[in-house]
Amino acid sequence: MAKRIDVGGLSAYYGAHKAIDDISMTVEPRSVTAFIGPSGCGKSTFLRTLNRMHEVTPGGRVEGKVLLDDENLYGPGVDPVSVRRTVGMVFQRPNPFPTMSIYENVVAGVRLNGGRLRKSDLDATVERSLQGANLWKEVKDRLHKPGAGLSGGQQQRLCIARAIAVEPQVLLMDEPCSALDPISTLAIEDLIGELKERFTIVIVTHNMQQAARVSDRTAFFNLAGVGQPGKLVEIDDTERIFSNPSVQATEDYISGRFG
Amino acid sequence: MDEMDIPTSAASPGGPRAKAAARPGDRIFLGLSRGSGILLLVIMAAIAVFLTVRAAHALAQDHGNFLTTFEWNANTDPPVFGIAVLAFGTVVSSLLAMLLAVPVALGIALFISHYAPRKLAAPLSYVIDLLAAVPSIVYGLWGALFLVPHLGGLYAWLDEYLGWTGILAYHNGAPRSLFTIGILLAIMILPIVTSVSREVFRQVPKMHEEAALALGATRWEVVRMAVLPFGRSGVISASMLGLGRALGETMAVATVLSPSFLISTSLLDPGGGTFAQNIASSFKESGDTGKDALIASGLVLFVLTLLVNGAARMIIARRKEYTA
Amino acid sequence: MSDLTLGRRAPAGAVPPSTTLRRPRLPRWAPAALAGLSAAVACGIGLGAGLSSRFQWGLIAAALFVALTYGLTARVEGLRQAKDRLATSLVWTCFLVAVVPLVSLVQETIARGVKVLDGGFLSHSMAGVLTIQPGGGVYHAIIGTLEQVGLATAIAAPVGLLTAVYLVEYGRGRLAKAVTFFVDVMTGVPSIVAGLFVLSFWIIMLDFGYSGFAGAMALAILMMPVVVRSTEEMLKLVPNELREASLALGVPKWRTILKVVLPTAIGGIATGVMLAVARVAGETAPIVLLVFGSQVINNNPFDGAQSSLPYYIYEQWAAGNDASYDRAWAAALVLIAFVMILNLVARGIARWKAPKGGRG
Repeated sequence: MAKRIDVGGLSAYYGAHKAIDDISMTVEPRSVTAFIGPSGCGKSTFLRTLNRMHEVTPGGRVEGKVLLDDENLYGPGVDPVSVRRTVGMVFQRPNPFPTMSIYENVVAGVRLNGGRLRKSDLDATVERSLQGANLWKEVKDRLHKPGAGLSGGQQQRLCIARAIAVEPQVLLMDEPCSALDPISTLAIEDLIGELKERFTIVIVTHNMQQAARVSDRTAFFNLAGVGQPGKLVEIDDTERIFSNPSVQATEDYISGRFG
Repeated sequence: MDEMDIPTSAASPGGPRAKAAARPGDRIFLGLSRGSGILLLVIMAAIAVFLTVRAAHALAQDHGNFLTTFEWNANTDPPVFGIAVLAFGTVVSSLLAMLLAVPVALGIALFISHYAPRKLAAPLSYVIDLLAAVPSIVYGLWGALFLVPHLGGLYAWLDEYLGWTGILAYHNGAPRSLFTIGILLAIMILPIVTSVSREVFRQVPKMHEEAALALGATRWEVVRMAVLPFGRSGVISASMLGLGRALGETMAVATVLSPSFLISTSLLDPGGGTFAQNIASSFKESGDTGKDALIASGLVLFVLTLLVNGAARMIIARRKEYTA
Repeated sequence: MSDLTLGRRAPAGAVPPSTTLRRPRLPRWAPAALAGLSAAVACGIGLGAGLSSRFQWGLIAAALFVALTYGLTARVEGLRQAKDRLATSLVWTCFLVAVVPLVSLVQETIARGVKVLDGGFLSHSMAGVLTIQPGGGVYHAIIGTLEQVGLATAIAAPVGLLTAVYLVEYGRGRLAKAVTFFVDVMTGVPSIVAGLFVLSFWIIMLDFGYSGFAGAMALAILMMPVVVRSTEEMLKLVPNELREASLALGVPKWRTILKVVLPTAIGGIATGVMLAVARVAGETAPIVLLVFGSQVINNNPFDGAQSSLPYYIYEQWAAGNDASYDRAWAAALVLIAFVMILNLVARGIARWKAPKGGRG
């Protein structure tokens, strides 16, 4: 259910502007990898190159390769739609479809690959996904109410349920808690801990305590300079990054000396 | 206007609005601006009242049945006239226009908002806005002198394959028919339906589209999951606004249609009429009763457009509450 | 192709079903090639079957293109991709279908309009010219249009502006709600109905004669809601801080509106008024009912029949001969040019004077 990601020499552009430069790293399966770094250092952009969402932005363009268990996402003949089915994503702000019920939101992705789906199969998928997102108990009595009626934290867990309903290999999370209150944040962090049993998880976060709490490995990104593209400074075990990083800039950032 | 200077400040919750009407300058200015608003209401009321008075006058002299008579001889003695043919022609041509225009307008709106290369999208939406400004008489001239001569072949073709339906039968003659009117009106309302729909589609939050994309949706699936449901009520009201325009369109119909007071089952054959066209075409030959009769038919048109536009506005208003 | 398991999840440790991200895809040039092929085949069919109307050719080409794209994609890429391509090709087709008549309209008007359009056409009336004769011009109609639209603007702009000020700066409660609602309703009033109203009120009841002014009143009714709406939008864009700053200095509210709010929004307001002018300049129906039309120059809009550009087009079209058609097209070109210049200038002003915060 989880795949390894190998990134080699990856650069991303917005039109003529280079946003990230020559990034290489490996993300281990069934683990949580956190991306940290100052604002605008390209960590979200990099995350979006991992499921080919970057090229959706007008002018967005990518060079280099991303191997998902030896298969290059940017290889010839690769369909970005299949990539996004395989590499799921959860966004900064909860974004359930406002016109759909909770139930429909969860099966939205499943239906796409549809064909003939039996109601009992869908029901099972909904229950399994909502349980996987720790939301089942809260919403099981109002599955056919609009998803927009939930609280922010519940909406975000609904989005996670929607993402895992299609059984992806990898789950990307782009600051999933930054729009949430502390209690909802805690719920999501607990959930991430459970989800890593089944998925490869990559999470972008602004909150260093969060990175320290949830991740196994941490990557620190930084700008090469004003107006320069972002780059990967180092990636290591989270414990080591937060206790004894090998690069001075990482230590400065973590100890709050800049950023 | 003395009695008007108190209420606003009472209703407004403090802030800069409070005590607005205290000084003479403020009182005059408030009086003027509120007077203008009231004037608008008075005009709307006056339109309804005056049309109704004249219409009542006309109906009193009508020796036919105003709703069911198939003729318009308002200047004979006794006057005999009815709106059956006009109502049929107006509704059929406008609905046809909507039927033809809305899918195409949706396509163009989607093209501009989601499909077109960016370099094409901006100038295209600008052009669409400019086209909304082309006067209807120019559409009429183009319709009569260019469109009509080019439609004969198409109609003969439709007749050959679909003539058996009756609706699409065609028996020669210049195709100055309700169907041609429908096509022309469709072209005319295309810009308004397009630009309203385009605005709605543009307002679809990026995050919903990204959510669909991230689930592995193709572009069409993104449109179907995130864009169309979000824009549905907006599109409906855009269509109604287009319908309202089509119902009241005068000159393009007056130049293209060859009117008759018969209801033909075939939409391709010339004949029929619309409210607005009949008013413009028969006005100059009308005496006093004739004018009143035309005003009566105008009142029906007024009520019809009010209903359609009112419905459109209500849908828009409901949508605002829903998205807010 | 899908690793989706719908039942219970596979027990932990089981080998996950393998996926491949690759799928067969049509080359990038495929849609263009198909479009070209469809057009060629449609021309072939059209010539072969002797179809006279180009509309048929176009329809055949469009149908072929859509069907071919769908069929081919369904075979090569699968059903979901085929639906996606179907939608894409339909959207492109819509775009083309819409562009064709609009291009044709502009092209016809220009091509046929330039034939008799010259200095003489712009500076002469139709006095003494029989409709079947060539010659004559639109001078009297231009005078009529300028006067009628000018008068309509003189009535509608202040009323519309003040109404918008009322709605934005003072409007609370039932009256404002009613005005807002009826402004919307008024936007939808057909021009012929506005004409009938002025007819029944001004000409039938008050017994005035046909005149440019009567037409101007109907045009003003059509203009007012447009001016109100656009002005309202512009006034709402003026930041509240600006108002509060002025009021805090002890400036009375009416002076604040006149000296701070209106100047800030003036660019947008001018744009709105000009767009409204452009809209009514092309109105024909009220002119038919209220101004009655004339062949000669009448400089007095308050007395006697006048002509106007759109009315002139209608009249020349109705005359129904080649000379009059030429004049109709030429007048249509003049009218379109007038309306488009108004539009372009209005949008220019909007861009140049967009209220972007800062000082008023």
